[in-house]
Amino acid sequence: MRTIEVVEITRNIREMCIEANHFLSKDMERAMRIAAEEEKAPLGRQILSQLQDNLKIAGEDMIPICQDTGMTVVFLEVGQEVHFEGGILTDAVNEGVRQGYVEGYLRKSVVKDPLIRENTKDNTPAVIHYDIVPGDQVKITVAPKGFGSENMSRVFMLKPADGIEGVKQAILTAVKDAGPNACPPMVVGVGIGGTFEKCALMAKRALTRSLEERSPIPYVRELEEEMLNRINQSGIGPGGLGGSTTALAVNIDTYPTHIAGLPVAVNICCHVNRHAVRVL
Amino acid sequence: MEQYIKAPMSKEDAVKLQAGDYVYLTGTIYTARDAAHKRMYEALERGENLPLEMGHNMIYYMGPSPAREGRPIGSAGPTTASRMDKYAPALLDLGLLGMIGKGKRSAAVKEAIIRNGAVYFAAVGGAGALLSRSIKTSEVIAYDDLGTEAIRKLEVEDFPVIVVIDSEGHDLYEMAIENYRTEES
Repeated sequence: MRTIEVVEITRNIREMCIEANHFLSKDMERAMRIAAEEEKAPLGRQILSQLQDNLKIAGEDMIPICQDTGMTVVFLEVGQEVHFEGGILTDAVNEGVRQGYVEGYLRKSVVKDPLIRENTKDNTPAVIHYDIVPGDQVKITVAPKGFGSENMSRVFMLKPADGIEGVKQAILTAVKDAGPNACPPMVVGVGIGGTFEKCALMAKRALTRSLEERSPIPYVRELEEEMLNRINQSGIGPGGLGGSTTALAVNIDTYPTHIAGLPVAVNICCHVNRHAVRVL
Repeated sequence: MEQYIKAPMSKEDAVKLQAGDYVYLTGTIYTARDAAHKRMYEALERGENLPLEMGHNMIYYMGPSPAREGRPIGSAGPTTASRMDKYAPALLDLGLLGMIGKGKRSAAVKEAIIRNGAVYFAAVGGAGALLSRSIKTSEVIAYDDLGTEAIRKLEVEDFPVIVVIDSEGHDLYEMAIENYRTEES
């Protein structure tokens, strides 16, 4: 049994909120740089070049990459040999978000009630997903999610007879409906299978996978590549103003499902696809 | 075409702008997003005055991140304009001449743009750090309690935007996509 003080969780989450909102992961940085070089449309290239400048200014001057510093999604993979001391784990996560957003000059974008809509003024609560895994480590992923693209995300409860063509149409429909609203070039996270909520969670999780890592399942890998090509043939382009770069990657995860169903979730993320990862 | 335009702009400036023009704005613009629009709309329904004169002004759909010490504003990029579609036609009919945001607009907003000779601009979404450099001052002028959603008066210098819907209703989002679409339909 390993003991971890919850203040360690708070400290790490605080730092990760600030890090994720000012610096993209290396794979995202590379994808954005390559896109700026390869985009065919002149206006599209100009926009991607501005986004390169934007990333540089964000890191150098410590101004958030995007003013929408998101609702904070936290994935916690907790080794089953870990014991937490010093407080309640969920409270420690939210305290880290509170400190990170207040002390890090990040925007507070969370309202306490979805209909009464009063701002909580510290960006809490986070949306936290816990997983119990083997071992004695804790893996923390902090993924602030902007809502321009979140609003364009979809769940499709397809029929088994819709098959892979139905899945392809679902992905293309979500991306085309999103268009300029989702701040392309986008990253597209897809969950296929499971239940209503499981596919949505897989789609969210897929957005945190490296853009340079393809699915280990051969047909899923082919689907990822085909969807990326077809999305980039749509013409939507950077900022939705026309071009050859509409998406940087399509990351698809699958899970067993029921004999009667074929759930598909498409979680769209803008080019500010943020996530910070640490292992304690 | 590149254009340098003063804000607030004249009706003559507005009608000469065409979808696809790259425009640098210098002058005064105002921010308002979801909550401020809802409040303004409700004030109009009650027959009250707005905290901001619409006449020839421009509204930037934006809620900034907090400013660090010594800076006028934090990250300051556009938010999705379609959430303001319900409220925009009433403001355009009161004289609002420019809107800055990102993303598609409804048919009703397009009609109101044509009816009033107005313009919808896009700023680059997700470029909030870069765009903040063109904002020289920021002052909350109404609805302070809304935090990031308060109405702010901004002084901007060469603030870069692109004309998406011009006063004749041409829509760059529809035109540009066709130019680069290579898929079979």
